[in-house]
Amino acid sequence: MRNYDIVIIGGGPAGLAAAKSAAENGCTSVLLIERDTKLGGILNQCIHNGFGLSYFGEELTGPEYAYRATEELKSVNPVDHPSVEILLDTFVMEITADKKIYAMNKKDGYIEISAKAIILAMGCREKARGALAIPGTRPAGVMTAGLAQHYVNIDGYMVGRKVVILGSGDIGLIMARRMIFEGAKVLACIEIAPQPGGLARNITQCLQDYGIPLYLKRTVTAIHGKERLTGITVSQVDDKYTPIPGTEQEIECDTLLLSCGLIPENELSRKAGISIDPKTGGPFSSDVHETSVPGIFACGNVLHVHDLADNVTKEAIEAGKAAALYVSGKASSTSEQAVSSPKVFPGKIVRPIDPDAAKALENGISPTEDGNSAVRRMTCIICPKGCTLTVTLGSDPKVTGNSCPRGEEYGISEISHPMRTLTSTIRVRKLDGSIGRVSVKSKGEIPKEEIFTLSTKIHHTVIDAPVSVGDEVLPGVVATSST
Amino acid sequence: MKYDIVIVGAGVIGASIAYNLIPYDVSVLLLDKNNDVAMGSTRANSAIIHAGFDPKPGTLMAKLNVEGNQRCEKLCADLSVPFSRCGSLVLAFSEKDKVLLQELLDRGNANGVPDLRIISSEELHEMEPSISEEAIAALYAPSAGIVNPWELCLAQAEVFVRNGGTFLGNCKVTGIRKSDNRYILETTQENIEANTVILACGVYSDIVHGFVSEPDFRIVPTRGEYYLLDKSEGSRVGRVIFQCPDENGKGILVSPTVHGNLICGPTAEILKGDPEDTSTTAEKLAEVKAKAALSVKDISWRDNIRNFSGIRANSTAEDFIIRRIPEEQGIFEAAGIKSPGLASSPAIGPYMVDLLKDSGISLPEKASYDLTRKKIHFRDLSNEERAELVKKDSAYGRIVCRCEGITEGEIRDALNSPIPPVSLDAVKRRAGTGMGRCQGGFCGPRIVEMLIEQSRNVAVPCGSTPLPPAHLSILQDANGSNLFFERDAEKEVES
Repeated sequence: MRNYDIVIIGGGPAGLAAAKSAAENGCTSVLLIERDTKLGGILNQCIHNGFGLSYFGEELTGPEYAYRATEELKSVNPVDHPSVEILLDTFVMEITADKKIYAMNKKDGYIEISAKAIILAMGCREKARGALAIPGTRPAGVMTAGLAQHYVNIDGYMVGRKVVILGSGDIGLIMARRMIFEGAKVLACIEIAPQPGGLARNITQCLQDYGIPLYLKRTVTAIHGKERLTGITVSQVDDKYTPIPGTEQEIECDTLLLSCGLIPENELSRKAGISIDPKTGGPFSSDVHETSVPGIFACGNVLHVHDLADNVTKEAIEAGKAAALYVSGKASSTSEQAVSSPKVFPGKIVRPIDPDAAKALENGISPTEDGNSAVRRMTCIICPKGCTLTVTLGSDPKVTGNSCPRGEEYGISEISHPMRTLTSTIRVRKLDGSIGRVSVKSKGEIPKEEIFTLSTKIHHTVIDAPVSVGDEVLPGVVATSST
Repeated sequence: MKYDIVIVGAGVIGASIAYNLIPYDVSVLLLDKNNDVAMGSTRANSAIIHAGFDPKPGTLMAKLNVEGNQRCEKLCADLSVPFSRCGSLVLAFSEKDKVLLQELLDRGNANGVPDLRIISSEELHEMEPSISEEAIAALYAPSAGIVNPWELCLAQAEVFVRNGGTFLGNCKVTGIRKSDNRYILETTQENIEANTVILACGVYSDIVHGFVSEPDFRIVPTRGEYYLLDKSEGSRVGRVIFQCPDENGKGILVSPTVHGNLICGPTAEILKGDPEDTSTTAEKLAEVKAKAALSVKDISWRDNIRNFSGIRANSTAEDFIIRRIPEEQGIFEAAGIKSPGLASSPAIGPYMVDLLKDSGISLPEKASYDLTRKKIHFRDLSNEERAELVKKDSAYGRIVCRCEGITEGEIRDALNSPIPPVSLDAVKRRAGTGMGRCQGGFCGPRIVEMLIEQSRNVAVPCGSTPLPPAHLSILQDANGSNLFFERDAEKEVES
């Protein structure tokens, strides 16, 4: 039996920040358990940018965010007298209400651990086809967007050539653009709701930039193809999301990516007797993220699904601190505090949908062009807020609708010389001769029309290992992960 | 290729026959048109080992169902196949239904089903608190059970191969002709010679029979659609819950599975076109939900993890057709193996062997053989056993499929098994990966990696042209279900 004050389950953004915060708040006996062979969780496969603006104050890709969060943890965890011990490649089999943890890895075998407090940071998983009960055949080529993201970004496999995305969640939108960069055709994004699910900025920079139509109030009502997907049937739905007979349309495609929502991963929590809120799918929790079982805390997507990794980090810092206080005896425990649905982190994004834009989207038309050519409406993509800007064209363009000076800059740049950041992966020849991959991004923003030129250059290049985060691997291209 | 006996069709019936031929000193080939065993009705059904009160007394079906049920427990224990004798209940919702229960009870007693009895509403609801209040009585059959159907098939086929039998996949029989006293099977591979041919062709039984003579029966492929719910719903009922049977069959059942899930289905729809059209439809899935809800309250459909459909090889004959084909000395068939085919399967193999012997087929006994299979199901072990096992073999120390708790060691065992898996779903059938709530969303990439490593270990002849990247040949399931495409963007020469 091993003993720790705090055991954290999961080494993604939540676990990393919780560990750092627990150490900063004086806890010297912390164990962080991660299932994968490296820290960072799902961030490692999210090679796109858009992370870190609020917490790190600059725009980062997922792997860079994971790197920064890991470095932050290291900075409070000196190698000579560490407070946080990390077990990688280790799977937690069970946790109990009296805070025993059963875990396992290849090196140490079956491990029994006793903790004074536990922080759950297991994240979430995607809704699969079953949750949607889509009728039809069961061919290859139907998969969740996150699985496709792993195959494409980590393994370097091409998952499809003619792709349709079901659901306009952020992962689906990001994968739509990603598949375009990989040379696929993305035929449509289909959303059952009357408004898109993902951030407005992602509608702009992932769909509109590449002319991918978004069809609202529609869903997939049949899947065709015996071995590999050959097509889908799409139907319009009524206000109750029931398909309307007679509205069926066939789309020929070989790949259907599902981006239809995330579910907090609480199987371990349930077994420990923690009460789960049916609304969020995560534990009921107190103001300091303590669950219904005293001394067990939860943070990040296991508690409720967050829009932004930055908010996960902030919540985990609170949970880490609360657990440290609990262990030191300075905090009141759950028994004295009511648990309730988790509070939504301040700064939760409200998605402003311009009614005209929504109408245009419904017709599958890019909403950027206003009928009146004197002004242009657009979504600012500088930050996740996604302000709707109106830019008056002319020799002295005026921007309204922005909530910060960067919005004005963006609006003006967008009508004269639109700029984008490219993210991709590049092949790396390792020392043993085998080919691996690291993620890369353009060094700063580049003119939008140069995206494909640079993307092609990256595809045709194989660089040599070793590669570290920040290395300029090609002129104008920097690595965002390491070999 | 020459064999004493060729079995056409590697579903649970073909596998049972192959398994029961192990003790005899004859060369046996088990072949299938698909790239794996258990690819037809065996892989998609209700997974029930029926007690045996449905078939008409005196039929072969009645005899083999009750006998198969009895044999199943020991067979599964010998083969490390999950089986649970959980019992079944047929619900009555009306006085008319109650009359039917009595009829089933009488039939069951005549068939020799043990411990059958009709229970009151009170006892029923005490046994199964989730049963609808509308149910007024039930027929309780404690001997009914649940099994992993494809593993039952696979295990028998594996043990058959380990004892010297041959399995050949991707081999479709296209014709059968007689040559002297032997039979020549024309196939999509080379011709195969056999002294004795046994047909176990499921939904194609009438077509393959037609290669020999005009069949006196027709297969009526009947599709059934299902919901499979998450383990969080798995304990909603503890027994197989039936409604009263009608002319369309046994109706919609609700049952736990040996994996701990809840299964609801099947519908019954006769297929006019492709007898292997396993698609699901909105209409029939809605029917499953509506009818299952009549039996069991509060099923949480949002916890659905998979819909699927399976095809029953129903036939125009009332009974199973297990016989020597008239006018042919050496061709036998097991056709029209409809429900309760799975439950009967452990008895069909022995029955066929007896039939061969009675027909004068020479089956000399073998000196030594082993009819058992040991398989590690890591999640079923106690904490102490797990610790012990990981200490001995560290591969069991890494969980790959997190929903089902399947270890790298178990996947490696599957890759090294007597009938090596050739697809992601074949690994799933052997190791149980991807069966859970994420449906392979997390473990898929790691299993692809292990399949690629496996294919690298296969020796490549010197001087052959360079192979395409290994991942391009990775299949989801059947041939043609390739997961990945060539990456055109990277095709040009590296700089």
